Amino acid sequence: MPGSVQSIERAAAVLRLLAGGTGRLGCVEVANSLGLAKGTAHGILRTLQEVGFVEQDRTTGRYLLGAGLLELTVPHQDPNELRSLALNWTDSLAARSGESVRLGVLSSGSVLVASHGFRPDDSEQVLDVGARRPAHACAMGKVLLAFDAGAVALLQRRPLPAYTPRTVVAPRALAAALAQVRRAGWAVDAEELEMGTAGLAAPVQDRGGLTVAAVGITGPVERLCDGSWAPRPALLALVQDAARAISRELATT
Amino acid sequence: MQRYVAALDQGTTSTRCILFDGSGRLVSVSQAEHQQHYPRPGWVEHDAAEVWRNVTRVVPEALERAGAAPEQVVAIGIANQRETTVLWERDTGRPVVRAVVWQDTRTAHLVQELAGDEGPDRFRDRCGLPLAPYFAGPRLTWLLDHTRGLRERAERGEVLFGTMETWLIWNLTGGPDGGVHVTDVTNASRTMLMGIDTLEWDATLLDAMGVPAAMLPEIRSSSEVYGEATTVLPGTPIAAALGDQQAALFGQTCFAPGEAKCTYGTGSFLLLNTGTETVRSRNGLLTTVGYRIGQEPARYALEGSIAITGSLVQWFRDGLGLIRTAAEIETLAMTVEDNGGCYIVPAFAGLFAPHWRSEARGVIVGLTSYVNKGHLARAVLEAVAWQTREVVDAMDADSGLRLTSLRVDGGMTADHLLMQTVADVLDVPVVRPMVRETVSLGAAYAAGLAVGYWPDLEGLRRNWHRAGQWLPAMDEQRRAQEYDNWSRAVARTLDWVRPGLPDGD
Repeated sequence: MPGSVQSIERAAAVLRLLAGGTGRLGCVEVANSLGLAKGTAHGILRTLQEVGFVEQDRTTGRYLLGAGLLELTVPHQDPNELRSLALNWTDSLAARSGESVRLGVLSSGSVLVASHGFRPDDSEQVLDVGARRPAHACAMGKVLLAFDAGAVALLQRRPLPAYTPRTVVAPRALAAALAQVRRAGWAVDAEELEMGTAGLAAPVQDRGGLTVAAVGITGPVERLCDGSWAPRPALLALVQDAARAISRELATT
Repeated sequence: MQRYVAALDQGTTSTRCILFDGSGRLVSVSQAEHQQHYPRPGWVEHDAAEVWRNVTRVVPEALERAGAAPEQVVAIGIANQRETTVLWERDTGRPVVRAVVWQDTRTAHLVQELAGDEGPDRFRDRCGLPLAPYFAGPRLTWLLDHTRGLRERAERGEVLFGTMETWLIWNLTGGPDGGVHVTDVTNASRTMLMGIDTLEWDATLLDAMGVPAAMLPEIRSSSEVYGEATTVLPGTPIAAALGDQQAALFGQTCFAPGEAKCTYGTGSFLLLNTGTETVRSRNGLLTTVGYRIGQEPARYALEGSIAITGSLVQWFRDGLGLIRTAAEIETLAMTVEDNGGCYIVPAFAGLFAPHWRSEARGVIVGLTSYVNKGHLARAVLEAVAWQTREVVDAMDADSGLRLTSLRVDGGMTADHLLMQTVADVLDVPVVRPMVRETVSLGAAYAAGLAVGYWPDLEGLRRNWHRAGQWLPAMDEQRRAQEYDNWSRAVARTLDWVRPGLPDGD
């Protein structure tokens, strides 16, 4: 078993220190209290500030606990805010791919559709924002499960339903599929939720690398995949571009 | 070789350049903000020279981001903040004063004087507008009255007037060295100086406002080649100019009478195409030019503005602190089923279209101990929807056209619950297009049309695609009941500020 990481121990000590006493300390006070070099204390405070666990009082320059700590206990990303931030990019993905676009988050073991843009062919389509999709049977869900070990374990407590002969339900097969998603950085569902339909998706990550959503396209399997159910590279590139653009957008807000 | 149209969106806070391809898809964006100057309460100014410098920066940057060479740009189209007044020296190109921005209220007293005994509708027949501090003409009068020697210099033709598009076109086409001094019919229709039927500067209006004709630009169509750029993109035709809200109408391809769009931002602007007819409003709306393509007859529009929409959500966030981000209002509203009997009427600075009651102030009514913050969030979103309904009703009454669907754009269209609520209270489908940047797209369309990049309006219509649609899902009885409740809430805002007393005393 590897040893403990010193900088994390020190960061925890800084947080405990700020949580006690007056709650507002200067960099030198922190360094002296914990026996750290001033540069080290400053580096830790700055890093904690960047991730939102520490805030700096603008007038006094003193440090206090940040709002980010409170958010640890509540859902991290508001789906409505995600939709708003991502809208230019999800629209652009629909315009370029010619397919319908969805942005999904994992919630209570299934994929909650946070945003939906129509396929740009002006055919009759119905918005399904707020609808749910089975996580193990769609590309968005596989992306979200691949980066959330806890959710996978929870999901596999009960047998998973098969929607088509191609739905991956066996625990071992699903684990292998998710490992593949982690390696590749994208997921495909080829006729796994509905015969004739396929989906491609890629992860949307916050600045710390946490996967908070998946963005993807859905369409006829022959348009999205080749004869052996592999995604068409041009479409896959568009999906990954959109995921990266949305991730950048999250990082800057 | 891939070819593009460049749209310049000269807005209130920033100047942007967006490149569009032949399918009307956004290719690249570049943006630069300019400083807001507030020299006195109620005064808002921009430095026109700074705005021009930003244009010379954002255009090359947008090309660079698209990896495009200047010769790949077939035309430039301009959409601009409306009613902002710029004055500059013909010989040097230097602004004489800072540009006076559309939000500036320094002409409040002047427009009252101009209205005199005949009231604010004194010029409505001629120019389609009521006298209000909003429009460019009185602003020009104010500057001529308050700047020493300016009127004499203007009469001698030494000082030129324009709104932002005029200033940019003049600079793009050479400035002091042969710059073209033109405006388009949509921008001219916001000055109060143009005859709404003649589409020419109106001698009676110029006389009433003391404006020398020598300083005015030539009025041209919204879509025609005004000249070639001599700088920034040398040789590229400048082929369109429209006020931003008219550009959004064009970008939404509302080309047929009865088609309407609403742009949901800080405030919201609903424009209805009324065809070649000028409809004089009896319900507090503005008559304006929608667009004019080349030598075709001008297309007119009715405009209704809603002062407080996005800013109501901002107040809910910053004033009440009940949410952290604007988008969270939807999350909070979804925690409850309905408004719990609570209504918010945001008459923060009086009621605007169609009521026009400046003494009204905002109310929250129907409060009981049952009401929680979720209900308040619902009431905020419903207030945006009901205000839209009031403007739509006024438009239906004025135009005799019945709205069959509403095209929406702007930041608030990301709010799913709000869009559903708008569809519910209007009882028509609400449709969001694939390109959210409809202002820039409209300028690009009008420019591309003038140089043959797009063949005709039908070609543009084919580029328009639905990205989302909300269908009405409220039963008629409930809608009628809610509208009645809303109207009774509105009635409770009236007569709050008493003449001669400060607010609320």
